Amino acid sequence: MELIKTDIAIVGAGGAGLRTAIAVAESNPDLKVALISKVYPMRSHTCAAEGGAAGVIKPDDSLELHFNDTVGGGDWLTDQDVVEYFVNEAPKELLQLEHWGCPWSREPNGSVGVRPFGGMKIKRTWFAADKSGFHILHTLFQTSLKCPTIERFDEFFSIDLLMADGRCQGVVAMEMKSGRLFQFQAKAVVLCSGGAGRMFPFSTNGAIKTGDGTAMAYRAGVPTKDMEFVQYHPTGLLATGILLTEGCRGEGGVLRNKDGYRYLQDYGMGPETPLGEPVLKTMELGPRDRLSQAFWHEQQKGNTIPTPWGDSTHLDMTHLGEKHIDERLPLVRELSIIYAGVDPVKEPVPIRPVVHYMMGGIHTNIDAETPVSGLFAVGECACASLNGANRLGSNSLTELLVFGKRAAKNAVEFARKQNSEANESELKEQADKAQAKVRELVQKSGGTESIAGLRSEMAKSLEEGAGIYRTEETLQQTCNTIADLRKRYAGIELHDKSNVFNTDLFQALELGNMLELAQTVAEGALARKESRGSHQRLDYEARDDEQYLKHTLASYQGEEAPRIDYHDVVITKSQPGVRDYSGGAK
Amino acid sequence: MSEVQLELEILRYDPEKDQEPHFKTYQVACREEWMILDAVNHVKDEVDTTLSYRWSCHMAVCGSCGMMIDGQPKLACKAAVKDYADKKVRIEPLANFPIERDLVVVQDDFMEKLKRVKPYIIRKEEKPIEEGEYKQSPADLKRFKQFTLCINCLCCYAACPEYALTPEFVGPAALALAHRYNADSRDQGLAERHKEISKPEGVWDCSFTDTCSIACPKHVDPASALQQLKITTTVQWYKELIGMGDK
Repeated sequence: MELIKTDIAIVGAGGAGLRTAIAVAESNPDLKVALISKVYPMRSHTCAAEGGAAGVIKPDDSLELHFNDTVGGGDWLTDQDVVEYFVNEAPKELLQLEHWGCPWSREPNGSVGVRPFGGMKIKRTWFAADKSGFHILHTLFQTSLKCPTIERFDEFFSIDLLMADGRCQGVVAMEMKSGRLFQFQAKAVVLCSGGAGRMFPFSTNGAIKTGDGTAMAYRAGVPTKDMEFVQYHPTGLLATGILLTEGCRGEGGVLRNKDGYRYLQDYGMGPETPLGEPVLKTMELGPRDRLSQAFWHEQQKGNTIPTPWGDSTHLDMTHLGEKHIDERLPLVRELSIIYAGVDPVKEPVPIRPVVHYMMGGIHTNIDAETPVSGLFAVGECACASLNGANRLGSNSLTELLVFGKRAAKNAVEFARKQNSEANESELKEQADKAQAKVRELVQKSGGTESIAGLRSEMAKSLEEGAGIYRTEETLQQTCNTIADLRKRYAGIELHDKSNVFNTDLFQALELGNMLELAQTVAEGALARKESRGSHQRLDYEARDDEQYLKHTLASYQGEEAPRIDYHDVVITKSQPGVRDYSGGAK
Repeated sequence: MSEVQLELEILRYDPEKDQEPHFKTYQVACREEWMILDAVNHVKDEVDTTLSYRWSCHMAVCGSCGMMIDGQPKLACKAAVKDYADKKVRIEPLANFPIERDLVVVQDDFMEKLKRVKPYIIRKEEKPIEEGEYKQSPADLKRFKQFTLCINCLCCYAACPEYALTPEFVGPAALALAHRYNADSRDQGLAERHKEISKPEGVWDCSFTDTCSIACPKHVDPASALQQLKITTTVQWYKELIGMGDK
């Protein structure tokens, strides 16, 4: 097995990984960075984010308002020290991107423009038309090309972390074009490997979003945090689940049921606002969890429209006009035409809620540290508890910048303190173990289970049990099913035995990772007997701060279900209150 | 929902066991709203799990699934099966690149060329973050915005007759991105990029056949970027000749 020694190893080269890598490289030219990713950086899923990134920049806005929106939006399951740090750093990071060339949309006077977003009291979302994530990713990737100390390992599939002497010392990854395994020894490791939305059947997430880094950390003894909080975005295209940005509603798009009625007013988000005059933090600019839940209720009442791809409501943008749509929402128009055959300029677009984002992830703190020393995590794979029980749209792009930079600083500090030699024999033993695991997976014969089959059973079970609304009974069923699927996973057989770009193997590894994480979602949801943010229980309808104003920690127990523990929420200045998105909200 | 019947002829090649690439045929009953990528995914999941290809976003933005479909470079996730109804459709890896395995091509050449044109903001002096943003009017933005839309899918390289003949040619996507930064009001790197762009294998290898712009799934129009780049390169050449080369 080839050995590569580096200072900082970063797994994942999307927005979080690139920001971390640049931050290390810029201020520490003497340190080596290994940027390891299973895809080329520009294929990372950051590219699919559309609406924008939040940061206080305009004179009518304040850090306090951004803080309050984020804490309330997260139903008080946010760690308030983290939120405070985040809102403070957000504008600097967005300006940094501007200096690096991000093509932010502008106001006539040349300053950066902002647009309204759900759950935000003031317009504060920086945007680059409706391709904000794409531009952020490419700006970071292209900027990273000027950093000579970043060595990229594109198309290297990470298998497992290397742990010795109580700290993380590296990662084992497979070079996808050759099937060769590499042992990366590092003084610090930063996981930036993205979310796991592909656990669900209907998702905005790309095929690569399989939670590989989160599962690696989980197996290595780091608990996952708050995995039961899964964000359904209210406006996904039917059939494909392609995202139509919240920016559609920020620009004035409205939701209508089968009768053309703007149903959000019946779910605590009214009164109805005039067409073409969106009002912040009300109606269509309510938060994602509430909008997706409103859809579910409309469905129960028979107010949705049946289609071959499931029930739908309409996102109506016809009153915005062609010029405005082409300037602000060109991608939305293109996607709707290509993938749904509907031109939003002329007709309302059929939509339904779709799994979009994991609020939960690797347990991290304000320093992007995990409980395992030497191991850091940033972005959707992590849970720094910025987003609590429901993330506000446009906070996640900013999050990966702010905490990428912070992780870089702390990882560098940690790396500089490591004087002891790597524990070569222990690391080799672990690397060999990872190699044996892969080899067994490839060579094993006689199995009867298929990857696609198990994957779709997992997805169906999660949707049924751990969807927008949950009950004890459905969750228990899902827990049982996932436990059973984990057993059946041992019975898969790969038909592809090649060493060269063996996607059969990668899909098998991804499925294994997703099954482990699916169990943390379902078990965490079963244990949380309350309703909060995106976690809604029909059998426990109220929020229960007495018992559950706590983070769920799920710890790996091998073949068994995870152990569930709880961890205190950090509250500094905002006591839990009522989330008010009615027109009267202050 | 009605169905579209497709006969997919997919190029297969595993360097560990095949002397030469060959075609394998799969019959796929497609739902009418499917893209070619959905049909290929169906083959992978239900018929032949050994098929290798790249894909991720399924919304024409990650640039992973560029391949030759019926002889044309396209994103598989944006090519509707309806357009190929009841036909035999050849699916091949992107032309002009070495094949790594099945539909997966080696992309190292593009990655190296992209780096060479310095696709990032270059300034003589960095403005401190505390001083806020660089002002840029909507008109300034419009001058380069279109060329920021490149997703690096490499369809333009597969379409480019010059790249086919002269593999050293820096090529449409990388040069369009060089132009994108040259045209950005925040940038001062034109002279530095000029060194690379004005080389024989730089912009002058382009013979303006427009095939890159026709192939581009994001309407970036690299051909237009390259023609504009030829003008700035000529102007810069004269400026350097008379000692006024710096931007």
